[in-house]
Amino acid sequence: MDLISVREIRMPRDRSEIVFAPGEQPLGGGTWLFSERQPGLTGLVDLTALGWEPLTVTAETLTIAATCTIRDLTLLPAQAGWHAHPLLSLCANSLLASFKIWNVATVGGNVATALPAGAMTSLMAALDATAVIWGPEGEARTMPVATFVRGVRQTDLRPGEVLRALEVPVASLSSQFAFRRIALSNLGRSGALVIGRVDPSGEHVYTVTAATPAPVQFRFDEAPSAAALKHAFDGIQEWYDDPHGAPDWRRAVSTLFGEEIRGELEGSAA
Amino acid sequence: MKFEVNGETVETAVAPGQVLRTLLREHDHFEVKKGCDAGDCGACSVLVDGQPVHSCIYPAHRLEGTQVTTVRGLGTPEHPHPMQQAFSDAAGLQCGFCTAGMVVTASTFTEEDKDDLPRLLKGNLCRCTGYRSIRDAICGVTNTETPAAGEAAGRSVKAPAGMRVVTGREEYTLDFRTPTKLLHLAVLKSPYASARILSIDATAARAADGVHAVFTHEDVPDLLFSTGRHEDRNDDPDDTRILDTVMRFRGQRVAAVVADSVRLAELALALIEVEYEELPAVFDPALAREPGAPLLHGEKGPESRISEPGRNVVAQMHGETGDVDAALAASAATVEGTWQTQRVNHAALETHAARAWLDDDGRLVVRTSTQVPFLVRSELCHIFGLPEDRVRVFAARVGGGFGGKQELLTEDLVTLAVLKLGRPVQYEFTREDEFTIAPPRHPMRVGVRVGATADGVLTALAVDELMDTGAYGNHGVGVMFHSVHESISVYNAPNKRVDAESVYTNNLPSGAFRGYGLGQVIFAVESALDELARKLGIDPFEFRRRNVVKPGDAMVVVDPHEESDLIYGSYGLDQCLDLVETALKSPPPASLDGPLGTPVPPVGEQWAFGTGMALAMIASIPPRGHFADTTVGLEVDGSYSIGVGTAEFGNGTTTVHGQLVATVLGTTTDRITIRQSDTDVARYDTGAYGSAGVVVAGKALHAAAHKLRAAMLARAAAIVTGVGAVDQDPAAPASSLAVVGEVVPGGVLVPAGRWGDARLVTAAELLAAGPMVADGSHDGTPRTVAFNVHAFRVAVDRGTGEVRILRSIQAADAGTVLNPEQLRGQVEGGTGQAIGTSLYEEVMLDGAGTVLTPAFRGYRVPKFSDLPVTEVHFAETHDDLGPLGAKSMSEAPYNPVAPALANAIRDALGVRPHELPMSRDRLWRLLQ
Repeated sequence: MDLISVREIRMPRDRSEIVFAPGEQPLGGGTWLFSERQPGLTGLVDLTALGWEPLTVTAETLTIAATCTIRDLTLLPAQAGWHAHPLLSLCANSLLASFKIWNVATVGGNVATALPAGAMTSLMAALDATAVIWGPEGEARTMPVATFVRGVRQTDLRPGEVLRALEVPVASLSSQFAFRRIALSNLGRSGALVIGRVDPSGEHVYTVTAATPAPVQFRFDEAPSAAALKHAFDGIQEWYDDPHGAPDWRRAVSTLFGEEIRGELEGSAA
Repeated sequence: MKFEVNGETVETAVAPGQVLRTLLREHDHFEVKKGCDAGDCGACSVLVDGQPVHSCIYPAHRLEGTQVTTVRGLGTPEHPHPMQQAFSDAAGLQCGFCTAGMVVTASTFTEEDKDDLPRLLKGNLCRCTGYRSIRDAICGVTNTETPAAGEAAGRSVKAPAGMRVVTGREEYTLDFRTPTKLLHLAVLKSPYASARILSIDATAARAADGVHAVFTHEDVPDLLFSTGRHEDRNDDPDDTRILDTVMRFRGQRVAAVVADSVRLAELALALIEVEYEELPAVFDPALAREPGAPLLHGEKGPESRISEPGRNVVAQMHGETGDVDAALAASAATVEGTWQTQRVNHAALETHAARAWLDDDGRLVVRTSTQVPFLVRSELCHIFGLPEDRVRVFAARVGGGFGGKQELLTEDLVTLAVLKLGRPVQYEFTREDEFTIAPPRHPMRVGVRVGATADGVLTALAVDELMDTGAYGNHGVGVMFHSVHESISVYNAPNKRVDAESVYTNNLPSGAFRGYGLGQVIFAVESALDELARKLGIDPFEFRRRNVVKPGDAMVVVDPHEESDLIYGSYGLDQCLDLVETALKSPPPASLDGPLGTPVPPVGEQWAFGTGMALAMIASIPPRGHFADTTVGLEVDGSYSIGVGTAEFGNGTTTVHGQLVATVLGTTTDRITIRQSDTDVARYDTGAYGSAGVVVAGKALHAAAHKLRAAMLARAAAIVTGVGAVDQDPAAPASSLAVVGEVVPGGVLVPAGRWGDARLVTAAELLAAGPMVADGSHDGTPRTVAFNVHAFRVAVDRGTGEVRILRSIQAADAGTVLNPEQLRGQVEGGTGQAIGTSLYEEVMLDGAGTVLTPAFRGYRVPKFSDLPVTEVHFAETHDDLGPLGAKSMSEAPYNPVAPALANAIRDALGVRPHELPMSRDRLWRLLQ
């Protein structure tokens, strides 16, 4: 929808032009920003104008520009040993948004919007991705995506900062994984999304999203017992409550999925 | 900014924060629809450089140098894109408001994509079809035919607007340019569910950039009316003002701004200073009728026609025949329970909208998205004290209704503004408005008590209903009375009791919804009867057969001596029960294969399987009068023109009107021009509600066509034989002695005789002695009954509450089937909407009047991936009343679905759900 209070949209040519007056925000694809009324929003700085290379793969790291479209990410070809590559499309298909939205929506935008059902957050958190954050004075800092998203519509971004990129360790992509998701309708907005991953190091990582206000992660040095996993899930303090599922149901299905994933990973542990 | 649209260069300024959708519409690309303005529904889909995007969330500032393709750019009616042709051939549309986006999206699909449709179409909502016909279109299945002259009735003729819809040429409410500068209206809404306005200061808003007027309660007629529209305005309570000083629900109008653009109007809203006094509120209808509850309309007198304003009760009914308590005490088995239904949003893809102006003659013209143009006109005249000949109200094609447009929600404000300003003014609802201020289906709590003998013969049936009508009583009376009618009178039971109350609360007002109350009560009654049959160990089909009314049985609610015009014009309930029962025992037909086809039963211990059924009866026409005055005229080229007042919003009425007239007049439907839903093209029509379009307006047209035919034959005979009147008036009876010819395409063919060789008397010859326009009317009485039976086979995941529908079967008794494909579409669409009600949809409130689901993303309208293909069967009956033996069938298919699904889930889980929607979280909780 038209954003009626926006007075200016700037297209920065380089990093020095990423500056924000009060009431202004960074713009990624815009598919979320333009989908709701944005009272008080006066201006946008369109990060897609900067021409950041969407995807860069090295031996150690897959770097995803914040402005990389979800479409481009899903089209990234798998490399040898990338057992977790199917997670890219599994998570993209977990978005309420259809493929048409993926043509415009960005990976960074989905993460920075910080909605519990934001499946790019699920993906990046599960893969132990690092958020690269640019500050207003030319500085940069990094932190795990799993902690970058702090709550519903809350991230660790401070005023003037933008999310620059997401760095995924190639080791994560080489992991065995198991994936479970449910919504109140077949392809609806996720009510619970649980990903289990066995890192090449042998570490077992369980990531819960959609069912909780922010990502919750459990790490085990080796395959957890049913009791240990159940104990971990029982320890989750807050289950998300919105029209996409009652908290008690989210807890139950997440816990169920955790156990199913544990069983699945037992057979395929690295 | 310079870019291309459909190959044409567009150079234009783009407003900051503007999206592609509004930019395209500014440039008269009205084929790009607004369904949600939030990227959820896909109606606005276009291609940008070949990639499909949702133009409502595509930032327009990025368009430089791009190539945009809309549905108009894909093809024309003369040279359609293959996908456009396919949607037309498959009848892959009903209201057609989603179609542009569907076609654009599907135009990008490859052959392999056709196996992946549920995923690829999850960004395209259709509210009408249930998606089967859309699947058929994309997969190249043809469901329509082009019958020969005079043979249209009973055949799957295409909707006349179909090709225009699929190519983006058909106009909906706002799809046109007003010659003079159009102003836009925006509404300031109450932030409180219950408050009194102490003061309003609009000084700053009036002075704001581009603002032409601000209206408050001081500017409106001091008169009460109801937004609900009926043939008799006294059916609804007079409890509403255009702008009031008392706020009774959150979102109620406080003031209206008229400005040069929507943006400027909305920005000015923030400048209106309002001082409120918050008042006590009540949100629970059970509490609302308790002593001491805040009274919503306590100050109103008998002239408002509110049953008990001192108890928040807008309508009530209490009655008993026999002695229910005694009968239940003596019954071999009884069941008692309470069922709860939720608020359901109509989710018509076109939001409510109206544009009004003064014509050259100074007459007020209102173009609006309505089901009832004549009822809107009469109420506007009532409110503003205008004579009817000074007001014209009309609807172009309407983008879905489902009862939601049997309301006056926008027309009064644009009228107010046009009368004050003399300029064209538009008021368009947002999707958020649809969810937060447009009336949803009434939530109901329905208690049922039933008893039967050991042989399964009903002894007693009692219903105790409480419905939340919300802050205003629009449809709060009619829905209540209808809800307890056919739901109860379809069963014979010597003892019956009804206690029903419709209660005001500070929630958003409820309104008319497909089924008009029946569905809520049928959910409860059919669930209770299913449980009773279980207790008695009797098959549910057999249990129904023993207890349903049959021709000769009185249809009794609680008064066996009630006078009624409801009769058995035909009866096909027995056939419907047999058809569904037989289908359930047979393998699914091969026609269900494909991307939406027969689901494979899931495997695993967590899955429970069950089967359930339910039935519904519905009167063919609303009670106490439903009127249509129609005309059929002969044109000089041998074509015909129809004038009819009822509206087309995907119901398919227009197609059937053409078929009826073409059949009588021995022609083809493409030679019939239909002018409709306009107070200028017909003398009167009550409107498109109660599924009356075929059985009232259609019947009237059928009569008009017969009159015209008789007069044409008489004139032809007179011209050829010299016997009779060459100026025979269609309104006057023609001598049957003079009839020797037959009506054929182009005129009347008079056979050889003593007057000479056979010859065609052309339309021009027939019209030489003066125009030929016949009229036909119908008054909607007596009324007949139609029936629907539905059954499901389901699998339910005990661990997550997920329901998978393995079989969905409905049989409908619609009398003569005038258009099989369209009727199938109505049954599938009604079933799809009802599956949404049963499993997915819920307008959620916070308990204090705030809607928590203001967008499609929070409100689960079924998607392609959510609906099974429903097997549709038709009973073979011929009705004594309807045109060519047909009965109505638009609302009815919705009604048996929820209880059939609940009964199947009960069968699977061993626990009965009592609440809608039977969402996954609720079903999971049922098992804890």
